[in-house]
Amino acid sequence: MAKSDAEVKVLGTWASPFVMRVRISLNIKSVAYEFLQERLWEGKSELLLKSNPVHRKVPVLIHGDDTICESLIIVQYIDEVWPSAPILPSDPHERATARFWAAYLDDKWFPSLRAIGMAEGEDARKAAIGQVEEGLMLLEEAFGKCSQGQAFFGKDQIGYLDITFGCFLGWLRVTEKMSGIKLLNEINTPALLKWANRFCNDAAVKDVMPETEKLAEFAKMLRGRVRATPKS
Amino acid sequence: MAESNVKVLGTWASPFVMRVKIALHLKSVSYEDVEEDLLAPKSELLLKSNPVYKKIPVFFHAHNPICESLIILQYIDEVWTTSASSILPSDPYERSQSRFWAAYVDDKFFPALRRLLIGATEEDKKAALAEVVEGTVVLEGAFGELSKGKAFFGGDNIGFVDIALGSLLGWIEVIGKQCETKLVSEAKTPRLVQWADCFSAHEAVKDVLPDVDKLADFGLKLRAKILKALAPTN
Repeated sequence: MAKSDAEVKVLGTWASPFVMRVRISLNIKSVAYEFLQERLWEGKSELLLKSNPVHRKVPVLIHGDDTICESLIIVQYIDEVWPSAPILPSDPHERATARFWAAYLDDKWFPSLRAIGMAEGEDARKAAIGQVEEGLMLLEEAFGKCSQGQAFFGKDQIGYLDITFGCFLGWLRVTEKMSGIKLLNEINTPALLKWANRFCNDAAVKDVMPETEKLAEFAKMLRGRVRATPKS
Repeated sequence: MAESNVKVLGTWASPFVMRVKIALHLKSVSYEDVEEDLLAPKSELLLKSNPVYKKIPVFFHAHNPICESLIILQYIDEVWTTSASSILPSDPYERSQSRFWAAYVDDKFFPALRRLLIGATEEDKKAALAEVVEGTVVLEGAFGELSKGKAFFGGDNIGFVDIALGSLLGWIEVIGKQCETKLVSEAKTPRLVQWADCFSAHEAVKDVLPDVDKLADFGLKLRAKILKALAPTN
């Protein structure tokens, strides 16, 4: 049996943007998988602790006997095992650019988005929002360069950077709802605003992207739990 | 192969810059070495070519800048493709394992090492030391899995993880001396001790790893600069 025919399982949660990346990638490749849902607020499962002992986080991809962790590493793995409908560009320089912005999103931008929800006091909140908006302007510029006038960062199809960024849209919209500020808007990020709608409507994405309402309720529940936890 | 349009903007002391040079040596690609002074204000070239992070290394190929050392390594591997000097393995699962452990070095191990270098209080240093030692034990385990009994994480030849971790060896020694501890110890990580010797002696590496005393001296200056920048201003 070819490796690509072995059973595929995804260990994750419906709310995690990182898990969504994996599911979208498998959808792009038309690869069927079993979705094993973790209930992280009830504690981590045996399977999770065993398959990701280093980080103990979702997503985990289980492919036959192999386990692969870290969402962007999993996406690249999927792209290499199932080479049809490529996710990463073929040109090395474009690949480097896609990887650069994906790393920026994970290392800088998303933490700055989360900082809005955790900011204490108006000054801190404003500073956090400022950082996110600054990042979005960089990403608007990057979109112009990468898309070259086409619909996605990956040009005519969704690619690595679309998936990396697009999976954060749910949480971006929750943050907009809770803060009352349109972070993606006509004035500063007109191209990204249109891209966001196209991404969410893509066939590989729409059944996996959670509704903003449901995500907002989940965020409230999480915040309640965090505040209830006694600080030692 | 002499390449007139290949440039590395960096510094002799940076492990991240070392990674790029090692990769180029492995591929026998010659390059122009442009030195950035970390103790001075950032150069125009740096600010222009890496506006997002303003950090070295920056790799230039045909005038296009590429940033972030592990991304540069993959770029080099994809442009100069000779299987004899492949940096990442060819099998997708093995590639994912290499990427995982290189990411571990950057996201978990290096930050702990850095906290040990710049730790202001005894308590900070103690906590960082525990994390670093734990990290070496985890990496010893990873070495067992990836090397499959051979000399390197990459097997017979140095690869992605070897370069990612090996580039830190100079700093590991300097910081260890500062703490009066062998951070990579015979007792806890015998395989890594052996691997470190093999790595440091490799053709593509030996001229890139800096002199430890020179690095120690630089480390003191860098620590002072960082602590000054972190100090609250009145």
